[in-house]
Amino acid sequence: MNVYAKEFNESARRYTADLHHRDLIHKALSGYYAKRDEFKNRFQSWSGARDLAAEIKWEAINHLDRYLDEFVSKLEARGTKVFWAPDAQAARDYIVGVARQHQVRAVIKSKSMTAEEIHLNDALEKAGFEIAESDLGEYIVQLREEPPYHLVFPAMHLTRQQISDLFHDKLGSEPTNNPEDLTMVARRVMRRKYCKAEMGISGANFAIAETGMISITENEGNARLTTSLPKIHVALVGIEKVLPRLSDLALFLPMLATAGAGQSITCYNTLYGGPRQPGEPDGPEEFHVVLLDNRRTELLADAEQRDALHCIRCGACLNVCPIFKNVGGHSYGTTYQGPIGSVITPHLRGLQDWKHLSQASSLCGACTEACPVKINLHHHLLHNRRNAVRAHPTLLEKLIQFGFVRMMCHPALYQFAASVGRLAQPLQRWLGGTILDPVRAWAKTRSFPPLAKKSFRELWRERKAS
Amino acid sequence: MSIVHVLERLGHTVDYPEAQTCCGQPPFNTGYWDEARVVAERQMAIFRDAETVVLASGSCATMVRVFYPELFHRHPREAEARALAAKTFEFSDFLVNRLGVLDVGARFPGRVTFHDGCHGLRELGSKKAPRQLLQHVKGLELVEMTEAETCCGFGGTFAVKFPMISTAMGEVKCASITGTGADYVVSNDSSCLMQIRGVLDRQGKSTKTLHLAEVLAQT
Repeated sequence: MNVYAKEFNESARRYTADLHHRDLIHKALSGYYAKRDEFKNRFQSWSGARDLAAEIKWEAINHLDRYLDEFVSKLEARGTKVFWAPDAQAARDYIVGVARQHQVRAVIKSKSMTAEEIHLNDALEKAGFEIAESDLGEYIVQLREEPPYHLVFPAMHLTRQQISDLFHDKLGSEPTNNPEDLTMVARRVMRRKYCKAEMGISGANFAIAETGMISITENEGNARLTTSLPKIHVALVGIEKVLPRLSDLALFLPMLATAGAGQSITCYNTLYGGPRQPGEPDGPEEFHVVLLDNRRTELLADAEQRDALHCIRCGACLNVCPIFKNVGGHSYGTTYQGPIGSVITPHLRGLQDWKHLSQASSLCGACTEACPVKINLHHHLLHNRRNAVRAHPTLLEKLIQFGFVRMMCHPALYQFAASVGRLAQPLQRWLGGTILDPVRAWAKTRSFPPLAKKSFRELWRERKAS
Repeated sequence: MSIVHVLERLGHTVDYPEAQTCCGQPPFNTGYWDEARVVAERQMAIFRDAETVVLASGSCATMVRVFYPELFHRHPREAEARALAAKTFEFSDFLVNRLGVLDVGARFPGRVTFHDGCHGLRELGSKKAPRQLLQHVKGLELVEMTEAETCCGFGGTFAVKFPMISTAMGEVKCASITGTGADYVVSNDSSCLMQIRGVLDRQGKSTKTLHLAEVLAQT
């Protein structure tokens, strides 16, 4: 077992035993389910909307070369500097380079999971820049020096009390349980940071090829300030974010809001198409778009799992996943948690290191059912398992499977094994759950139902004989 | 035997080829598709001449209906796999959607809650059929639990590879089951029932587990 799998198991063991955590996440999500269903019902046809969204993303991803070219040429025509980053290192180096070139000291940043993916904050801090997250949830986890718990709700694992204590410790604010007061504490800190920052960094929810614009969706208005107050705006965009047409947003914006947060539409939806143009009163002097590959093209080359690039990072699959709800977002050890993370992390960071996430699933399919762009998530977990075995079968498992196949191809062996099981079961009761128990992994926490006294086959024969 | 009783009561002839074993889902789910194919090929040969194949568990039915065609995709025996898939049914799906039977003439006094096995529910799309059958059982009161569609946490080898997650999921499920005050939890998937029973027994709860066919066989 590799170190990532070991860490996952240890963390999962801790969280699954933590009933306070289980209760907290259950409560946090129950409001979301009600709102999500309410707004899903406002669509003329949610299933029709999913079909259409999947079709549009299919078109975009299967013609990615063309749409990216269109996106970039439109952006460049308005004076945007575009950088194609083949990997995380190249993206970090470019962004640090821009900051150095302009002698930036302070950087403000709005929410971006892609920036988490390339560990941008670490790189900027190491290079000597001061960096502040402006999204409230992200700011909270930044103060706690931990990664986001959930790709949409970074601080969903925390109670108001914990946030109040954190602000009291780190910012010296008065303890309060009132969410508005807590927001005001962060707001006062944040306003000063906006004015101080010379560079703003954002992600992008969508990249519109037709008009050469990025679309950012947010509820706090922090992304607007991040992208328009500082003199430089850098947007980090995964290449899969492309949508062909501006009109596609009419579907994708409400869909993202509904699936992601249980909202009819997110509070602020903004399009950015370039730096401040002549005659315009505001906006950044420079606008950089960093297009990130970071092994997405390898996923693109995999026809079977290519649809994983359809993902709009709404987090709907996390919210319905019983694994996520029990092990929590931090157990995964990945940028992208939950089912989508388990599917794509092996592609982005290596199959053998991250195959355990594909195994840590009951394959219930709630994720696939929830996905607004119809990614076949739980079947891809099966594909990852198969690919991992093909590339690197383990001897013990191979032997077990060999034995299983022999037994299943020889009914006499199968029946013999079943009889042994029936005879041995009373013994298991004595050993129940101890280290000598061959079914300990089961019996430690669950009773083992007694096997029927007679097999179906025996009953069938008796019946035929009479 | 309950499935046999119900089908015979409805006037069908039931055969049980004794050479049959497993559908091959364990190796398939673990990633050993070559091994799964060997087991599957054997079942395909055994059931080649059957008119219809009825399975007791949504999970096994899913393996044959949904995953055999994928397992044999671009394989010389793909047509055979598809043919078996097309005539294979989960028990409740067969009764309601193939035969059009809702009332099998059963009587079962008791308060029952139904657990949707994930495979039956999401892969086979069978949410209504088992409930329609239960609603037509005389004396039976069907109560819905809040988390009927939530996975019980079994998931095959997942249950022993990640016992802590599997058990936590089982506990969530069982809290929802006992919350209804039902005397019985019924499902059309034997492995879910094993998981649910395992957790309920360990918790000392009196709610009993029954397969849908066991309820429908009672007269």
